[in-house]
Amino acid sequence: MTDSLLSGPEPDPAGDAGHAGAPPRVGFFTDTSVCIGCKACEVACKEWNAIPEDGLSLTGMSYDNTVSLGASTWRHVAFIEQSVPPSAPPVPAPEGRTELPLAGEAPAGGDLRWLMSSDVCKHCTHAACLDVCPTGSIFRTEFGTVVVQEDICNGCGYCVPACPYGVIDQRPSDGRAFKCTLCYDRLGAGQEPACAKACPTESIQFGPLDELRARAALRVGQLQAAGVAGARLYGHDPGDGVGGDAAFFLLLDEPEVYGLPPDPVVTTRDLPAMWRHAGAAALSLAGGLALSFALPAMLRRTVRR
Amino acid sequence: MVPRAEFRSYYGRPVIKAPSWSARDIAGYFFLGGLAGAGSVLAAGAQLTGRTTLATSLKVSSLAAVSLSAAALINDLGRPARFTHMLRVLKPTSPMSVGSWLLGGYGPMAGAAALCAVAGRLPRAGAAATAAAAALGPAVATYTAVLAADTAVPAWHGAHRELPYLFAASATAAAAGMALVVAPPRESAPARCAAVLAAVADAAATRAAERRLGMVAETYREGRAGRLLRAAELLLGGGAAAAALAGHRSRGAAVAAGLALLAGSACTRFGVFAAGLASARDPAYTVLPQRATQGRPPAE
Amino acid sequence: MGVRRLLRGWPAYRQLTGGDPLGRGRAAMSGRTEALRPRTDTADRVVASVCPYCAVGCGQQVYVKDERVVQIEGDPASPVSRGRLCPKGAATLQLTTGPARHHEVLYRRPYGTEWERLDLDTAMDMIAERVIELRRATWEWEADGRRVARTLGIASLGGATLDNEENYLIKKLLTGLGVVQVENQARVCHSSTVAGLGTSFGRGGATTFMQDLQHADCIVIEGSNFAEAHPVGFQWVMEAKARGAKIIHVDPRFTRTSALCDLHVPIRAGTDIAFLGGLIHHVLTEEKDFREYVLAYTNAATLVSEDFRDTEDLDGVFSGLDEAERRYDPASWQYEGTDVQAPAGDVEQLRDQRLRDAASSSHPPPGHAETHGAGGPQAHAGAPSDPTLRHPRCVYQILKRHYARYTPEMVERTCGVPRETFAEVCRALTENSGRERTSAFVYAVGWTQHSTGSQYIRAASVLQLLLGNIGRPGGGIQALRGHASIQGSSDIPTLFNLLPGYLPMPHAHTHEDLDTFVAASRTDKGFWGEMRAYTVSLLKAYYGDAATPANDFCFGHLPRLTGSHSTYDTVLAQLDGVCKGYFLMGENPAVGSANTRLQRLGMARLDWLVVRDFSLIESATWWQDGPEIETGELRTEDIGTEVFFLPAASHTEKSGSFTNTNRWLQWHHAAVEPQGDARSDLWFMYHLGRRIKEKLAASTDPMDRMVQDLTWDYPVAGPLQEPVAAAVLAEINGHGPDGAPLSTYTELKDDGSTRCGCWIYCGVFADGVNQAARRTPHTEQDWVAARWAWSWPANRRILYNRASAAPDGTPWSARKAYVWWDADHGRWTGRDVPDFIPDRAPDHVPPPGATGPDALRGDDPFIMQADGKGWLYAPSGLHDGPLPTHYEPQDSPFTSALHPGRSRSPTRQLYVREGNRYHPSGDEPGAGVYPYVLTTYRLTEHFTAGGMSRWSPYLAELQPELFCEVSPRLAAERGLEHSGWATIITARNAIEARVAVTDRMRTLTVHGRPVHQIGLPFHWGPNGVVTGDAPNELVAIALDPNSHIQEDKALTADIRPGRRPRGPALPRLVADYRRRAGITEHTGEDQRP
Repeated sequence: MTDSLLSGPEPDPAGDAGHAGAPPRVGFFTDTSVCIGCKACEVACKEWNAIPEDGLSLTGMSYDNTVSLGASTWRHVAFIEQSVPPSAPPVPAPEGRTELPLAGEAPAGGDLRWLMSSDVCKHCTHAACLDVCPTGSIFRTEFGTVVVQEDICNGCGYCVPACPYGVIDQRPSDGRAFKCTLCYDRLGAGQEPACAKACPTESIQFGPLDELRARAALRVGQLQAAGVAGARLYGHDPGDGVGGDAAFFLLLDEPEVYGLPPDPVVTTRDLPAMWRHAGAAALSLAGGLALSFALPAMLRRTVRR
Repeated sequence: MVPRAEFRSYYGRPVIKAPSWSARDIAGYFFLGGLAGAGSVLAAGAQLTGRTTLATSLKVSSLAAVSLSAAALINDLGRPARFTHMLRVLKPTSPMSVGSWLLGGYGPMAGAAALCAVAGRLPRAGAAATAAAAALGPAVATYTAVLAADTAVPAWHGAHRELPYLFAASATAAAAGMALVVAPPRESAPARCAAVLAAVADAAATRAAERRLGMVAETYREGRAGRLLRAAELLLGGGAAAAALAGHRSRGAAVAAGLALLAGSACTRFGVFAAGLASARDPAYTVLPQRATQGRPPAE
Repeated sequence: MGVRRLLRGWPAYRQLTGGDPLGRGRAAMSGRTEALRPRTDTADRVVASVCPYCAVGCGQQVYVKDERVVQIEGDPASPVSRGRLCPKGAATLQLTTGPARHHEVLYRRPYGTEWERLDLDTAMDMIAERVIELRRATWEWEADGRRVARTLGIASLGGATLDNEENYLIKKLLTGLGVVQVENQARVCHSSTVAGLGTSFGRGGATTFMQDLQHADCIVIEGSNFAEAHPVGFQWVMEAKARGAKIIHVDPRFTRTSALCDLHVPIRAGTDIAFLGGLIHHVLTEEKDFREYVLAYTNAATLVSEDFRDTEDLDGVFSGLDEAERRYDPASWQYEGTDVQAPAGDVEQLRDQRLRDAASSSHPPPGHAETHGAGGPQAHAGAPSDPTLRHPRCVYQILKRHYARYTPEMVERTCGVPRETFAEVCRALTENSGRERTSAFVYAVGWTQHSTGSQYIRAASVLQLLLGNIGRPGGGIQALRGHASIQGSSDIPTLFNLLPGYLPMPHAHTHEDLDTFVAASRTDKGFWGEMRAYTVSLLKAYYGDAATPANDFCFGHLPRLTGSHSTYDTVLAQLDGVCKGYFLMGENPAVGSANTRLQRLGMARLDWLVVRDFSLIESATWWQDGPEIETGELRTEDIGTEVFFLPAASHTEKSGSFTNTNRWLQWHHAAVEPQGDARSDLWFMYHLGRRIKEKLAASTDPMDRMVQDLTWDYPVAGPLQEPVAAAVLAEINGHGPDGAPLSTYTELKDDGSTRCGCWIYCGVFADGVNQAARRTPHTEQDWVAARWAWSWPANRRILYNRASAAPDGTPWSARKAYVWWDADHGRWTGRDVPDFIPDRAPDHVPPPGATGPDALRGDDPFIMQADGKGWLYAPSGLHDGPLPTHYEPQDSPFTSALHPGRSRSPTRQLYVREGNRYHPSGDEPGAGVYPYVLTTYRLTEHFTAGGMSRWSPYLAELQPELFCEVSPRLAAERGLEHSGWATIITARNAIEARVAVTDRMRTLTVHGRPVHQIGLPFHWGPNGVVTGDAPNELVAIALDPNSHIQEDKALTADIRPGRRPRGPALPRLVADYRRRAGITEHTGEDQRP
């Protein structure tokens, strides 16, 4: 197992997964600075993939009643209400006040921010869910994306804790694991994913990863030049812990504010080390037990003398 | 305890998803796998040293354990009917795939060994099977540590160097305990010795893991995990001491010590499992260590 | 060999032999994966359609496989949507094919407790019988000695969600039957737009199209939650923003729209006229107006009659007020020496005056001639004017005086908008208007739904005229409509007061004939001068060969109005037992109209009710499980209303045209046949009419004559005998004497030789081609996209675009060039169809005595206006004054800072009756019982009264419960807990909602004290996948006198923690509040000093 297959920059994930003459790798660039939080992506995704309804309760998390990505939610729009800068409370905080991540009421004219961001499977260059899948149900497509094969998955659930982003999950009513396929079936017919097609403001952009990365660099430059607070790219760097994401983002605040890990690492990066330690441990187990036979014997001999 | 840095999260929601595995099935499997694997080694040693009762009964216990663990694994599947898909591919990147093939090899060997021993037929084949089971046993006992560590679960992945040793020690303790229960005192000297080594190793590995984990070590000390791991330490320590001091004299003491060791081993596996779940459910355990490696303070 | 194949079927083997040793890709693929194909790829056909939700009119592609709709997606070719859809549009597959749709006819017999099945044919026959019987029983030939020839026993509501063709048949059949109470959502949504824009510019539609917003240098979104209610249209605001435009959102709440804007201006709900008046004040005092534009294209210089008195002179009222009758006599508002007919609004106002003038036009009254130096009709061509704008009675000076006190301080005091924020808006707007730059205004029902709603729109019109932003690219006023064809249901009105093309419905007068009708309603100048041609052509379309010059073209067949017959008057008529039969077609008043309790009580008094919808909406089931059943106010067993539920066909199951908010007619093609008993409303109206006509064919009763004369010969096709929608559109377009389709409204004749069902739609079937079905992709034409669909009038995309050129015909600036005069060819040309007479030179001066279009000068851009000018000052057409004035809402915590003695509009329509009590306001005793301002609004995830969203799980899960948005300070003041429950109470009713405490709700300082506002999305009701109380329970019926629209965007209420009481305790709670506030039948009327 050479290293680029497990972690670090990987120029050709599809090719290294046995797809000869693969098309250019595709992905999503989600520019949250133009997201209007309409959730068209969530619905378009559900309509296309015929995903069941995922709960009808009001969460109190601003306008987010979807809560998180899961087996029955492959696009999730996060809503974060902020006062920038966090305002000094102008009034004594009343009991039972909002659980929203807001301090006091923003001072009049004080800058109020309502961040909205459509989250999705990152289709990692080094995808832990794919690596650990024991059945080959999760595989790397010719487009470089990561897809679950519903006819193969046996619901072992290993992919669930393996994902450093908490994306994939098992559907209790079904037993199998589900997540965004980046509309693998549509890509095959030269069509764009349903969510990107629906997005009214082009917050979700689909295309060849190289183009998207170039566009994103341009956009984040514009925003930073315009002094937009906290504009940064997330998941765009091929050198990061997962070798870069095929679905990456332009965020306006720290990743964890959106529920994203600040520095995710593909768990299998450390797998060789784990196997080495497991081997050593196995040997010491054998050794320890051998010792357990040897020691008493020697003990007995010395006692006889 | 490491002071918890304040940081903003998304409404306190976890960043990663905790495994949907049931503790009984998966932690139980960790324990049974260890018992079976280490048991096979102990059985081979016993056979070599002419401790036939010990050898036979450990072969039987290993067969029972590996059969039960296989059942547990299949039972935990969302689609149990598709368990054969486990052998569809052979993926070195998937501890579960490796484990499936490992079990595929080990299971029959352990079975053959036990059957020959009980039936008293085909001694040569039996010896070969015993040897093969003993050779695969240690791997069966320790690969489960990689299975757990090869996830984004902070309490597991963070301890990926130490977990295999902890699991090896815990497996040894289980096998030794089983030996003490089933074997007459005259045959159980190696088990008593192994018990002491296991108890010491278990404690040492746990300490090492906690040191490595930093603030995430909280999850090994607090709540359900904390209770189980403290219990494990007492049971293993007590079991080992009882075995060492009274195991050769009183059969009763040996059995008690053996049961303590078995229980202690189980507590370790269930404790580690619980710590994993706890660390997955609190976003702090995902975000803060990642921030620390970045050398950047968390968002406030 | 078999072993080999077997082996190759085993991925592990492929791992070892292929290029994927780790088994993570190629080797692991399953057979199913290899064979995967998207259903968009395997569909039998793709049908072009249009989204059925809001009025952005996004293009849709409907994928059909085995005669089933398998997928619906955005149409990338559409110039307005570019393939994108909002969550509702994306959910249309579930809407049209989901399990929530009913496919059987249901029947509830009088006093019955359960639904029963009924076959469609029997139901249609029963309904036809009911209509005939009730019509006969409630027929009236005369009212107070004046011919009315009508029935008030039958009413109909709904049309904005239906096709233009369906609206045409509804209006035609019901008018033919003598039913005048025909209404639709346009009444409760945008009727004030027609009055406001119509009186200002000449036409009641948005002056521009959404894509043009990308060229604006500044966009002010006020009274609209653009991003949430019209997400796909909002892409054009984002385009403008990307090009550096300044985007401003003025709104009581910080919404998803505010989040994307450069500046959010929090404002107290119901004070926008004060805010806009402040902007007008700024423009006038700083002389920031586009003077050249203002002088040439508006009536700024025109002198107004000496008798006119302003609100500033009469402490809050204009001259001509009749306190007792609560109405104005606009005689004193006229231009000096002449009167001009308004192109929209109420033509009745000036009727007598107009008829007098018409009779005496050849010899003017003494004094007239002297004034103008030349006698004769040209007196009508224009009133005296002062181009220096210094004359104290010129409109410009009147405007200046009227808004003199709308200072930044007053704005801050009234609206709660800080001075510096207001100054920023003034700066942005004035810096981005003029020769080189243009600014656009965008509004929606946040402006229309007030007791002074029409004047809100007028205020924006005045401001945009002063800034020179009308008729120019990147300028204009965009009225965002909320239903797929609510523009169409106003153009081809299912509205009581209009005939197709904004022709007025005749009122009851003694000896009213066609001539007097036309004389009273036509304008002397401009295209409304052709009123007779439009009217006669419509009558020919309605009555065909029966309409002859001898019988006045059957003008007498038209039923007559006596006052207002709006949907709210209809509800009261139901409560009074006058109206006994009710059609609901795609509208849900039990949730969506003001004072929903009265709506249901009204329906409980009906003989019969016909509900046509997708699902069992609240308006269909109130008798079984409505709120009044729960409170015990009604018992199912006591309700005599006979209810028919008829399942409706969806837009994918019928062909027809929607008119979107761009004024585009867009054709959607039927993709599949409707299932079960589901039928289109075109089918329903046509076959109902056919049955009625058959049953009355032999009648000799004179009241049936008009029905017999009604032309009703539409071709049908298909297994369901569906009327051919295109044939209806062809009738709407009109035919010449030779039966060939007309190509433009200028071809219409007043001699009966032409037929036209709606003159402004004339041309949509030009050359016999369905122009509405044109779909040339936006990628294959310029941004105006003139070859996509068809826009009324005459496919013009920006109205009044003559004003995009200077008076001399050259563009104001290269940057804003749009339409200009091509001297070489002697024609107007440019990027759009000129909204002007094509060959009329810029310097053309009409000959004396010219009337109608001939009387238009070469620099009269507002060709529908009686004087060719944009109206800063409206001398007629509006019931509440020629100039917008800030009045407080009916229920308000404050008295007007401008006119404390006259806080509310003197002519607002009040309905004093049990169940519709108003609140004490300002410093009146008891006002403190309802201390908070409440406003209602839409969410992206739902649609209006929820009939098309609450039944859709994909939408329901996104916003599952009714919530109220409150500020942290209000939460503290009332002990409200985030995510807990709150009860909200008015004098009408009380509802419960979950609490959302958020900084997005600002506490404003008004009149020096803090005022808290409560936000309530209004989508929920008792039925559907997700349920909740309906906020319209809280709203009183208090109406704008021009448009009869309700005031539901600004009222007062109390809020307290906890859930509302159940059963009889609920009305007791509401009554207790009324008692505490000392509310009587006189509360809410003006206390005159």
